[in-house]
Amino acid sequence: MRRGWFLPIAAALGFSFLYAPIVSLVIFSFNESRLVTVWSGFSTKWYGELFRDPQMLGAAWLSLQIAAIAATIALVLGTLAAVALVRFRRFKGRTLFSGMVSAPLVMPDVITGLSLLLLFVAMEGFLGWPRGRGMLTIVIAHATFCTAYVCVVVQSRLSDFDRSLEEAAMDLGASPVRTFFDITLPIIAPALVSGWLLGFTLSLDDLVIASFVSGPGSSTLPMVIFSKVRLGVSPDVNALATIIIGLVATGVLIATIIQLRSKPKKAKA
Amino acid sequence: MTATHTPTIPPPRRLKPWNAVERSLAKVGISGRMLVLAAPVLWLLVFFLIPLAVVFGISLATKQFGRPPYSPLLTTEEGTVQLTLHLNNYIRLFTDNLYIAAYLSSIRIAFIATVITLFVGYPMAYAIARAPDRWRNILLMLVILPFFTSFLLRVYALTGFMRGNGVINQFLGLFGVEPLVMMQTDFAVYVGIVYTYLPFMILPLYTTLVKLDVSLFEASADLGARPLRTFLSVTLPLSLPGIIAGSMLVFIPAIGEYVIPSLLGGPETLMIGRVLWDEFFTAANWPRAAAVAVAMLLAVVVPIMLLQRAQSAVVER
Repeated sequence: MRRGWFLPIAAALGFSFLYAPIVSLVIFSFNESRLVTVWSGFSTKWYGELFRDPQMLGAAWLSLQIAAIAATIALVLGTLAAVALVRFRRFKGRTLFSGMVSAPLVMPDVITGLSLLLLFVAMEGFLGWPRGRGMLTIVIAHATFCTAYVCVVVQSRLSDFDRSLEEAAMDLGASPVRTFFDITLPIIAPALVSGWLLGFTLSLDDLVIASFVSGPGSSTLPMVIFSKVRLGVSPDVNALATIIIGLVATGVLIATIIQLRSKPKKAKA
Repeated sequence: MTATHTPTIPPPRRLKPWNAVERSLAKVGISGRMLVLAAPVLWLLVFFLIPLAVVFGISLATKQFGRPPYSPLLTTEEGTVQLTLHLNNYIRLFTDNLYIAAYLSSIRIAFIATVITLFVGYPMAYAIARAPDRWRNILLMLVILPFFTSFLLRVYALTGFMRGNGVINQFLGLFGVEPLVMMQTDFAVYVGIVYTYLPFMILPLYTTLVKLDVSLFEASADLGARPLRTFLSVTLPLSLPGIIAGSMLVFIPAIGEYVIPSLLGGPETLMIGRVLWDEFFTAANWPRAAAVAVAMLLAVVVPIMLLQRAQSAVVER
C-alpha cells in the first residue's frame, strides 16, 4: 500500500493540538510574573505558594483519601461484575445488569450528581443514614462510577485469557473459589492494577458529581481549583497542574510497562 | 518382587473455610454465582438505578422552603395516604423559551463538536493503526495520557491558550495579526469539547481500524481503485461501528457538559447542563432541576442504545 503524507501530518497536528496547551501550562508554572502568559523569568515561587496554602493542602489530602477508598471499593465491585458478565453466560436480568454496569460510563455528570444527592437526602429522611453529606457520600458516588470503569478494564482481560488453565485447576480438585484466587487473580492482576489506577485518577478529577454530593467543609481539590480558576488564571494552579501531570505521566508509564511486560509471558504460556 | 511403586499424588488441597462456607450456603439454596452477583447488583441498584427513579419522583414535586426543599409526594391526612403530583415543572420546560433554547442549543453544540472531533480523530486513529508495531503502543499511550490528566486542568490549560493575551494571540502578534477574540464564544466551547473528548473518539476508531484486513485494501488497489476511492468504499463502511461508538462517547457527555461552557463559553452559551446546575445551586429549585435532568435523560437514551449496539460490534469484529 502506498503511504501518503496525509496521515503522518494529520497525526502530528493532532498530537500537537493535544499537547501544546499542556506544555504551555507547564512552562508558565515556572514563570515569575503573576501574569500567566507573559514570560518574565524563571522562578519556582508558585510551588512554594502552593505548599503554604492550607485550603489547597487540606482539599488535596481529602481528595487523595476519597480517591483511594473509592477506587478500592470499585475494584472489588467492578471485578465481581466483570467475572459475572464474562463467566456466567446466561442469567436472569443479564441485559439489565450489563446496562447498569456500563451506563455510568456515559451518563452526564450533572445527572449522576443530582440523582445521588436526591437519593442521599431521601435516605436521610427515611432511614436517618447517611447523616448529612461529606466524605462518605462523595466516596459512595465516586465508587459507583469507578465500578463501571474497573469492570470494562477487567472484562477485556478476562475475556482474552486461556480458560483451560482454570479448567485444569478445577480438574485437579480445586474449588471455584480457590481456582479464582490461585489461577484467575494472578493472571488478571495487571488489569486490576490499571483498573484501580483509572478509578483513582477519575475520582481525583471529578468536579461536578462531588459538588452535588459534598457538604459544608468537605471541598475536594477540583472544587477548590474550580473556584480559583473561575475568577481568572492563577499561577499556583499552574504549579499544581504541573505536579499532577508529572505524577500521572509517571503512573501511566509504570502501568504501561507492567502491561507490556505481562503480555509476552502470556504468549509463551 | 512386588511393585513398591505407590502413587504419591497428594489429595487436592482446598481452602477449608471456604469449602465449609460454600457447603452451608448451598444447603440454604445460595449458589456461588449469586454471591458473586450480590454485591455489584445491590450497589448499582441502590446507587444508580434507584437514584434515577428518585429524580423522576422529585421532578413531580414542587419547590418549598424547608428541609428538604421540595414538597412531599406522599402525605398522610386523617389516616388516608395522599399522593400529590405536580406537573408545573414540565409545563414550565415546554413553555419557557429559556429551557427550549438551552435544550436545542446543547444538542446543536454537542452535535457540531462531535463531527469536528470525528474529523480530527479519524486520521489520527488511522495513522496509529497503520503505524509500525513499535510505534503503535507509544502513540496509543500518548492518546491515553491526557485522558488521565485532570479534565478540569486541561480545560484550564485551554483558557491560558486562547485568552486575549494568551499563547495563540502572542504568536499571531509576532506576525502583526490583531488579537482574536476566542474566549467566551461558542468557538471556544467547540475547541474545549474536541480537546477534552478526543481520546474517547480515537480509541474505539483505532480498535476497529487496527483489525481491518490489509488484503482488502490491496484487492481494492489491484482492481484499480484510487486511495480515496478505496477509503470511501472499503475502509469507511468497515469502520462504521467504531465511528458510531466514538461519536456517541463524545456526544452523550457533551450534551450535559457543565465545566466547558462555564469556563470557556460566554454568558450567551446556553447548555442544558449549565441550566441544571444553575437551577440547583443558584435558584435552589431542586424539583425543577430534577425535571431538567429527566428531559436530558430523554435526549441521551437513544444515543446510549446506539452506543451499546456499536460497542458490541466493535468488540466482536
